[in-house]
Amino acid sequence: MSTVGIGHFLSVAAILFTIGTLGIFLNRKNVIVILMSIELMLLAVNINLVAFSAFLHDIVGQVFALLVLTVAAAEAAIGLAVLVVYFRNRGSIAVKDINLMKG
Amino acid sequence: MTFDAAGYQLLPVLPELMLTVGGMVLLMIGAYGGPKTTGVVTGLAICLLVATGAAELLLPAGRLVTFGGSFIVDDYARFLKVLALIGSTATLILSRQFLADPSSKIFEYAILVVLASVGMMVLISAGDLIMIYLGLELMSLALYVVAAINRDDAKSNEAGLKYFVLGALSSGLLLYGASLIYGFTGTVNFAGIAAAAQEGNIGLIFGLVFLLAGLCFKVSAVPFHMWTPDVYEGAPTPVTAFFASAPKVAGLAVFTRVVLTAFPSVLGQWQQIVVFVAIASMLLGSFAAIGQKNIKRLMAYSAIGHIGFALVGLAAGTVEGAQGVLVYISIYVAMTLGAFSVILAMKRNGFAVEQISDFSGLSRTNPQLAFFFAMLLFSLAGIPPLAGFFAKFYVFVAAVKAGLFTLAIIGVVASVIGAYYYLTIVKVMYFDEPKPAVDPVRFELRAVLAVAGLFNMLFFVYPAPLVSAATVAAKSLF
Repeated sequence: MSTVGIGHFLSVAAILFTIGTLGIFLNRKNVIVILMSIELMLLAVNINLVAFSAFLHDIVGQVFALLVLTVAAAEAAIGLAVLVVYFRNRGSIAVKDINLMKG
Repeated sequence: MTFDAAGYQLLPVLPELMLTVGGMVLLMIGAYGGPKTTGVVTGLAICLLVATGAAELLLPAGRLVTFGGSFIVDDYARFLKVLALIGSTATLILSRQFLADPSSKIFEYAILVVLASVGMMVLISAGDLIMIYLGLELMSLALYVVAAINRDDAKSNEAGLKYFVLGALSSGLLLYGASLIYGFTGTVNFAGIAAAAQEGNIGLIFGLVFLLAGLCFKVSAVPFHMWTPDVYEGAPTPVTAFFASAPKVAGLAVFTRVVLTAFPSVLGQWQQIVVFVAIASMLLGSFAAIGQKNIKRLMAYSAIGHIGFALVGLAAGTVEGAQGVLVYISIYVAMTLGAFSVILAMKRNGFAVEQISDFSGLSRTNPQLAFFFAMLLFSLAGIPPLAGFFAKFYVFVAAVKAGLFTLAIIGVVASVIGAYYYLTIVKVMYFDEPKPAVDPVRFELRAVLAVAGLFNMLFFVYPAPLVSAATVAAKSLF
């Protein structure tokens, strides 16, 4: 019977991180989806950090993960605030409408 | 693990504490006094930044380390912190015109600049990966809001939104890299990573690539530069001046410190990346700027190119290279602040004009402004004997001494191509038909322009103070 090792955790994190990154680039509809993709990326990082922390018997990784969670919350708050201001001006948060500047 | 109180002194972080607490006090003044306190808050913020710079220089000499090695104050940190604070202070001085406008009485602006400066100082002093992340986010979160500070302007909002999305993506990349580096070396501390890192550790190299990708985003180096032109164009001009100066200093500072102190043993690996990024940035900065009509957009491509030149020094990986980076970024800050004070001075009937065609015939309507701008453009192009030439000289010499001949040759070619668009603006100012005169230039813009312009013109007379300070700072990294 095989046991769950560090490789499994890293694979899950890598898959989640890739989904998050692709979600930002392939998403053609809504900025909210981009914010969700960013969260997904940060959570993938947290899986990595906690898995390494457990594997290395070192507490620093878990401290790092807690700090990442805190900052991610602040980041989401700022992002949503900017998005609300943007919506008030343009009346839309569709990705295809973010095109005032080009070149 | 035992707690050793001796490793957790507060003295080395005193300037940061001053700035943070000062920022909170200013927030209280603004919150209770309302928008009419904007001028007072901005003035106090300028004093606070100056006092913090003085406090930084008054700290005991030598290398101070606190918080278990995660916060380092050495000569390198002192040099760059003072430079970043000069950038922030000059930005606030340049912003007084923008903040005096009744429609944009925003006291939060100065407070956000102060908080972003705290982030930069933490970033410059970072001694481990956690500190890098916290400093970077403290800086970036304030910058996202500053970019969108003009709430009723759709372009400013769009700039803020784009900067936020791409900035958050870059933080994600950086963090993923940091987690891999932590996992494969077992530590987040730079010294520990340097001891554990060795050639052939594929997980570590993977992490290094992600970490550098995240840092390239923050200094707007190719291929992670996409946000720069849009954010520069959309954000209010004083904010663009800020983005072009202090955050670039902090980004380049942490970039240099990470690769030189945490990864000296895998120099071959990161050198390839930095060489590629430098070449791509220099070439893109030179070519893409040629077709631009908007001066702020042009300055964005110029910034991308200049970061490429600064990275040439880093690619060398030597003390001379690090010294070149420090000299380059100092001179670049002076040039860019001068250039932006001219762009801010370009107003007709109270409205800002920012097309390159608006500069036509400026030499006849306002000869002093045109002369100083022409000198700054010559300096940006790297024409001797102006300061910009010496900046390029130091990085190219370092690259040649390290045997990177191809890089140095491509750099010289890129700087010649780049000279074309700077000289085009000079031609427009001196040889085209004059447009109506610009409004009288405010005193503080003239003051910043005079200081930056004279520094650029007279640097060659007495370069010793800056160069020797940069040498001392660079040596403290090795």
